[in-house]
Amino acid sequence: MDAGAAHLQLETVQELYRKVALIRRFEDRVYRLFLEGEIPGTLHQYQGQEAVAAGVCSTLRIDDWITSTHRPHGHALAKGVNTSEAMAELYGKATGCCGGKGGSMHLGDPAVGMLPAIAIVAGGNTIVTGLGLAMKLRKSDQVAACFFGEGATNEGAFHEGLNFSAVEQLPIVWVCENNLYGASTPYGRVSLVPDVAERAKVYGIPSQIVDGMDAVAVREASAAAVEHARNGGGPTLLECKTYRFTGHSRSDARGYRTREEEQEWAKRDPLIVLAARLDEATVARLEAEVKAELDEAVEFARNSPDPDPATALEHVYA
Amino acid sequence: MPEAAVATRRLTIAEALREGIAEEMRRDPEVFLIGEDIGVEGGFGGAFGVYLGLPEEFGHERIIDTPISEKVIAGAAAGAAMLGMKPIADMQYSDFLFECMDELVNQAAKMRYMSGGKVSVPMVMRAPVGMTLRGAQHGQCPESYFIHVPGLKVVAPSDAYHAKGILKAAVRDPNPVLIFEHKLLYGSKGREAAGGMDLTAEVPEEDYTFPIGQAVIKRAGSDVTVVATHVSLYRALAAAETLTADGIECEVIDPLTLQPFDTETIFGSVRRTGRLVIVHEDTLTGGWGAEVAACVADECLDYLEAPIKRIATLDVPAPAAPVLEQRILPQEQTIVETIRRLVG
Repeated sequence: MDAGAAHLQLETVQELYRKVALIRRFEDRVYRLFLEGEIPGTLHQYQGQEAVAAGVCSTLRIDDWITSTHRPHGHALAKGVNTSEAMAELYGKATGCCGGKGGSMHLGDPAVGMLPAIAIVAGGNTIVTGLGLAMKLRKSDQVAACFFGEGATNEGAFHEGLNFSAVEQLPIVWVCENNLYGASTPYGRVSLVPDVAERAKVYGIPSQIVDGMDAVAVREASAAAVEHARNGGGPTLLECKTYRFTGHSRSDARGYRTREEEQEWAKRDPLIVLAARLDEATVARLEAEVKAELDEAVEFARNSPDPDPATALEHVYA
Repeated sequence: MPEAAVATRRLTIAEALREGIAEEMRRDPEVFLIGEDIGVEGGFGGAFGVYLGLPEEFGHERIIDTPISEKVIAGAAAGAAMLGMKPIADMQYSDFLFECMDELVNQAAKMRYMSGGKVSVPMVMRAPVGMTLRGAQHGQCPESYFIHVPGLKVVAPSDAYHAKGILKAAVRDPNPVLIFEHKLLYGSKGREAAGGMDLTAEVPEEDYTFPIGQAVIKRAGSDVTVVATHVSLYRALAAAETLTADGIECEVIDPLTLQPFDTETIFGSVRRTGRLVIVHEDTLTGGWGAEVAACVADECLDYLEAPIKRIATLDVPAPAAPVLEQRILPQEQTIVETIRRLVG
């Protein structure tokens, strides 16, 4: 590798680390604020899976689109939703990215190419075909990425969406985050086919299993899939093997999996994997930047006004 | 001053819808069609022939034949609409809408609200309703399920003029609009089945729309207000003719839009007549007639001279045998007798 390429790669790794750290520290901070009663509602957190969102979104343009799930905080930050506005949305404030109407499970902002997250399992898997169809009909070179968990693959919507994307050759990257458990249920209990990637093949869609703990590996696989879609090559499915470090939702005591298993996956923490490619000073600098961004976000959210109750009646119809 | 002459022709609903769709596709390149069996060469032009001839003009790029995947039809339409396109989706039978309730109810209806007004979903979904001896899963009138969903608009046209006008308004509307059409009202074949009524109407040759949310008084009268859609509307009009012999004058109203409902036109009529009968082919319990009855009871109680009556399909799944189907459908004779009792 020549010096220019090495430098480029280093910059990429730094950017990925920054994104992964932003999501991790955001989620850790949010969890504490939730326990302290500052954030209402419920939470489905993303710690452990950050490499997937960061890796995929690093290959997308701002005018490319993503759909997300009930666990959308990481996708939102990776796609570029303003951190302060995302935090304010979790606080239920007027300045939130959805004006307080979306909340944790519907984070998103069309200005950066993210629909409000779709919190019905596999709900995004048919909607994304419409995004892809619009791009195809308009002959644009945009791409849509659909994030979903392995739990979504037993929904009819998963199969209808995959098949339609194949027959219409839509510019879609299907990103399965296989974190091994659908809420508490191990995937082996609900599918005799252990790899989701296999399911794509039967619809004529190329697929690939990716190390979902390594943002660089995810980025490389995604870059190829995005390029393929952008050039009219149709959809690809990436199965990112990953692990959710927290419970399914904030009240989950994780009795369905062993601490040993958790410790094994913790060794491959996406932050550790990336930090191994960087020097300590760089990591410290990136962490300091992230901390400052989050301090600002929390301050912004705390100091923002509640929505005017009258706005509860707005935005039902255009 | 005399009205300027407007060139018109008599068209069936199917012809008027086809014309309306073609005009909107010519007007706006972002309008496209999506559904099952709508454009296949040598196919049907949709289950009821509404799309016949359109692929020849617009090609298959804008007329997208899908797999038998109702969730994809609704989801792809909603998703494309979220990016600003104007899909007209086709559901072969409205019974199949239950296959895509998530896409319609959780996604299309709520996306604008969840986004704080940043995303709109300007999609249209057409769906045929009505009992035609096809039994329990191809004859339902599910309009009422959808009026319950904030964020959706629901229309139910019954003649060619309004069908075309409201379809064109729906395509231009920035919200998801469901258009429910009755299978027996599409064309000449249905005319006989629906009792020999002439279902063609004068349709202007020039561009026009008919606003969503506006009811039409089809027949003026002073003794009783009758609100009805689809085939029930024609039965109500026939009943009104019969009742003139009794000296009873019915005011028959086609609401056209079920959500948002034109309550003002209904209230105004009830304040004049003092009586209200609602007729629909949906089953009775929880049908849209119940909502209309509740609104009128709220706003017009002092004007009512008799109880509000609902005449609807009996609360059973649709049977297949002709005599069984007729047993549960709202009949013209029932409307006549109900009104005689109310006014008498």
